[in-house]
Amino acid sequence: MTLARRIIPCLDVDAGRVVKGVEFAGLRDMGDPEELAARYNSEGADELILLDITASRDGRATFLETVRRVAQQLNIPFTAGGGIRRLEDGNAVLRAGADKVTVNTAAVERPELISELAAQFGSQAVVLSLDVKKTAAGWEVFIRGGAESSGRDAAEWARDGVARGAGEILLTSIDRDGTCSGFDCGLTAAIAAQVSVPVIASGGAKTFDDFLAVFGEGQADAALAASIFHTAEHSIGALKKYLAGRGVPVRLSR
Amino acid sequence: MERALRSLGAETECVSRPEQITSGRVLVLPGVGHFSAFMVGLRERNLTAALQQAIAGGAPILGICVGLQAMFSSSAEAPGERGLDLIHENVQALPTNVKSPHIGWNQLRRTRESVLLRDIPDDAYFYFAHSYAASANEPHTAAACDHGFPFAAVLEQGNLMAVQFHPEKSGEAGWRVLRNFLEWAQ
Repeated sequence: MTLARRIIPCLDVDAGRVVKGVEFAGLRDMGDPEELAARYNSEGADELILLDITASRDGRATFLETVRRVAQQLNIPFTAGGGIRRLEDGNAVLRAGADKVTVNTAAVERPELISELAAQFGSQAVVLSLDVKKTAAGWEVFIRGGAESSGRDAAEWARDGVARGAGEILLTSIDRDGTCSGFDCGLTAAIAAQVSVPVIASGGAKTFDDFLAVFGEGQADAALAASIFHTAEHSIGALKKYLAGRGVPVRLSR
Repeated sequence: MERALRSLGAETECVSRPEQITSGRVLVLPGVGHFSAFMVGLRERNLTAALQQAIAGGAPILGICVGLQAMFSSSAEAPGERGLDLIHENVQALPTNVKSPHIGWNQLRRTRESVLLRDIPDDAYFYFAHSYAASANEPHTAAACDHGFPFAAVLEQGNLMAVQFHPEKSGEAGWRVLRNFLEWAQ
């Protein structure tokens, strides 16, 4: 009896479509969010993350509608976020059917957002998302979709966020995102050692061995990927069987 | 939660007034968030006594997550706050030597015959998301889970049933739990 390592497909959504960029730029259409959600649900995904990557506020209603429709397809947990700035934004996403809300830029700018959400919905519903890039200063947190340095150290911000009530850390390596060069296991292990909550590793997944490495050396509790699942390059079922065969505890039964 | 129950053929009604809670109904008490917020929420709507009476009158009830914890006398999450007191024990915090919240899919260890787990494989996984739990030593425990300490994952005692995991988020195994509850309750 062991807590399973989770495999989490991520849907980046723009104007009701799933898109994918390379290193946070150059978006490509990857399909319909409902169809992909239903497929991942039946393939054995342990959870789904839906991120609104539209910058405009008027895209909000469209995103909430997508959350509503995706929630109908799932019998697994479901996290949504992107552009969550206030308690009401989090409430809207959860009311639309998400189980957890993820916060990023707005939490860096106003860390109280984390405690407000945790007090209202519980820590288990609050995922702090960190976009991290290696700079001369170390592992630095970037905001606004990776466009701007926050000047904060990743480990320090992760600890602060957890102290304020974040129940999970979603850790994305900007350097690896969309590059298919493997997860940043060094970064993941460094953050996992600093916090008492689960860490979801993201950015760079390509091969089954990348997942094996991030659960081993990277000490990740969960691993997130997008493009390799969207393009059906890998099925989640095959990935989990591979991991199970190498001693990683994963949920095989549905 | 309502969507899951409806897709299993149940008619559901989300109630918020005490007169809607009667011993003739099948009750589901889902809960997320803080123990105190949950109990205050019940109290502000005058639902606490109605729930206790309906359960004493034999209404089948399924508590989920904080809904399970609410059945206890109290919780370490909110020391001054009183639970429904149907089970005279206290809910504890997960120990600090494990990651908390306990978030993710975990397996169960059955301690006796279980109505809710009927026809579900022993190695099935269920989705948990909680920082507090009741000890598996509690005699109503039908299945335990381990995270820092053995805690009650499934409680069954007469008309009172409860799960610490989220059945509506636990894939096919979870939906089977809900189906088992509905079949047993009707």
